[in-house]
Amino acid sequence: MGLIFTHTNWHKQIKGKKLEVDDVIKKEMIAMLLAGGQGSRLGVLTANVAKPAVSFGGKYRIIDFPLSNCINSGVDTVGVLTQYQPLKLNTHIGIGIPWDLDRNIGGVSILPPYEKSSNSEWYTGTANAIYQNLEYMEYYNPEYVLILGGDHIYKMDYEVMLQFHKDNKADVTVATIPVPWEDAGRFGVAITDDKKRISEFEEKPANPRSNLASMGIYIFSWPVLRDALIKLKDQPSCDFGMHVLPYCMEKGDRLFAYEYNGYWKDVGTLAAYWEANMELIELIPEFNLYEEFWKIYTKSDRIPPQFISKDAIIDKAIIGDACEIYGEVHNSVIGSGVYIGPGVVVRDSIIMNSSSIGDRTIVEKAVIAENVVIGNDCHLGVGEEAPNVLKADVYAFGLTTIGENSVIPGGIKIGKNTAISGVTEPGDYPNGILESGQVIIKAGDRQ
Amino acid sequence: MRAVGIVLAGGNSNRLKELSHKRAVAAMPIAGGYRSIDFALSNMSNSHVQKVAVLPQYNAKSLNEHLNSSKWWDFGRKQGGLFVFTPTITAENGNWYRGTADAIAQNLAFLKSSHEPYVIIASGDGVYKLDYNKVLEYHISKKADITVVTKTLHEEADTSRFGVIRTDEDERIMEFEEKPIVSDINKVSTGVYVIRRRLLIELIEQAAEDDQFDFVKDILIRYKNQKRIYAYELESYWSNISTVDSYYRTNMDFLKKDIRDYFFKEYPDVYSKVDDLPPAKYNVGSNVRNSLVSSGCIINGTVENSILFKEVYVGNNVTIKNSIILNDAYIGDNTYIENCIVESRDTIRANMKYIGAEDNIRIVVEKNERYVL
Repeated sequence: MGLIFTHTNWHKQIKGKKLEVDDVIKKEMIAMLLAGGQGSRLGVLTANVAKPAVSFGGKYRIIDFPLSNCINSGVDTVGVLTQYQPLKLNTHIGIGIPWDLDRNIGGVSILPPYEKSSNSEWYTGTANAIYQNLEYMEYYNPEYVLILGGDHIYKMDYEVMLQFHKDNKADVTVATIPVPWEDAGRFGVAITDDKKRISEFEEKPANPRSNLASMGIYIFSWPVLRDALIKLKDQPSCDFGMHVLPYCMEKGDRLFAYEYNGYWKDVGTLAAYWEANMELIELIPEFNLYEEFWKIYTKSDRIPPQFISKDAIIDKAIIGDACEIYGEVHNSVIGSGVYIGPGVVVRDSIIMNSSSIGDRTIVEKAVIAENVVIGNDCHLGVGEEAPNVLKADVYAFGLTTIGENSVIPGGIKIGKNTAISGVTEPGDYPNGILESGQVIIKAGDRQ
Repeated sequence: MRAVGIVLAGGNSNRLKELSHKRAVAAMPIAGGYRSIDFALSNMSNSHVQKVAVLPQYNAKSLNEHLNSSKWWDFGRKQGGLFVFTPTITAENGNWYRGTADAIAQNLAFLKSSHEPYVIIASGDGVYKLDYNKVLEYHISKKADITVVTKTLHEEADTSRFGVIRTDEDERIMEFEEKPIVSDINKVSTGVYVIRRRLLIELIEQAAEDDQFDFVKDILIRYKNQKRIYAYELESYWSNISTVDSYYRTNMDFLKKDIRDYFFKEYPDVYSKVDDLPPAKYNVGSNVRNSLVSSGCIINGTVENSILFKEVYVGNNVTIKNSIILNDAYIGDNTYIENCIVESRDTIRANMKYIGAEDNIRIVVEKNERYVL
């Protein structure tokens, strides 16, 4: 989209006025990416990192998908709003080089909450976070603002959505996806007329009248957004779905539902996260990373290829750069720089960057975060399922979840629906076993 | 910094046969993820040489694509950076680079406008890690005029494609013979030199005046007795890839754990251009043993003792043994490949057989039938 030199800008200059700075840096559409959420339903995976920074599909992080969508759609100005545990997110994004978002004008900016002369506060809601960065948006003085979340896996051309917005002379366009009618009750759905103008929203309706679920992606005409944010500035925990959209509806603004029909996956729970990863290793995955025309970019620090030893067995897996595989990998997603020792069997699991699995260890249906060290002769995923004692709804589906930087000593057995975070020692496992449904969360650093 | 860098990337090598049709030697793909010139450039960057000129000539398209940004090797700095000087026609000169010394002579402004006291000259066809500062310190301690980095090859090695060097007990070079027909010396030049910048300018200007164009013949050998030329012996791994056999062996060396660990794991890293490719994908039916696999590959068949470069597609029931498959090759179903180097972007049809010999690796060049408009 880039810069716009409209007729009026030049006109102004011709009339003898100086070309205003505002005119030069003006952008047609900028994106505001909400990346501050913890994502507590991902359990120990988000103990120390924000959800958008969690690894996905081997080498990627969740935020790579909306960021790549931005640059692929020609949106070159992106504000990333961070709050919860932003270190990994900040180092990942840097100045935006992997996404070509290192720009002289625009590019990517990290927007954390900051202290103000009065009324300093954290981001208390999605719209509140955007409101606190009014100045950022005013600087670029765009025509449209695209609001994005950082917790979905999808490929979407925002330019097509913008065209829809313009064609309908909309004030607000809400991206929606048709969901099966029986699931519609779990979403916020938009009720529209035949021209896709939204007449009503229903949040988790018992008897849904529409199956168009909101994706949490909005295009606002900038004056409409600005007005709403300022009017609602005293609303506690100001949220787009709960406050801003109803306000706009009431005011009589033109709200439209843009229908998106592609792959869109919420990876907000461990089960959904695990499933979405597993879908990538299908013969022809529904979400295809191998397409040339819509590349997903990420910061890759590793150049070397992966080494597969003479005793390794791999069938149905994706494996990142610089891995060393000496054992067996079945039906799994392996990140970059992972070491899988001789005699190891990995099945139905996700192992993120730089983790290491000791010799002869068996890993079944586990999610192992970054930089984890698992000793020799362990067995993850043993026994029968039992509900998790701490968070039965989070640690379920028979998964074993290991948080980043954890250490598991050799010879340990770990049951299903379990979670481990931190540097554990043999003494943490009575009889050398963590029974199904149990949790170990330890503070402390690795030696 | 005390030195500027020059990487001589001009060479074509007909000893690389068909592989050199597409690209300069410096752009030859190495070990899955790299190009040959990455080793010299990473050594420069890791030695904090921050101003580097690359002098290409022969078929620089691949090389120029690879050097599209200096940020990969961390040369994207305000001070210094990466300069690529392809030959140009100017008011004073209408020639291609007529040799290595001529390439430098035609870009003497780069040296004249620098302020660093020393120059490190490297070639783009060596696979090695070296801290050039160590050579520089050695150079200073020997009060040398020129220091040549040397490597002593094993006794049976064929030295006929190198410059062979005999030194005295102080490592001063006494004899220097380029590409000898027979030689009992197995200490060879690696094509890496350290020299004071002002002296280099002087020698290059002199050579140009005398219509002499080759750095080795017309400077090193010519001044062998007048100047103090010393040898710095490289103890660690070094390999030159400018023949089909050495190219194949060098790549296969990376299947050895010690060499792989030395380049991939030990500090400092070797850098390269980052391609935005997805992880490698193994489908049911894949059977990969003792091989290197790069990002973007999709594998459905058997791969043994081989190196797959980026974005290689291996079809169902394919067998690949002891082979190197370069970038973006497509191998159709049921095809058998042994002791081959498959050229990049090849489309290999189904049910084919390509077999080379262990001591005579076959180069497979096929049309790319996939991207036809």
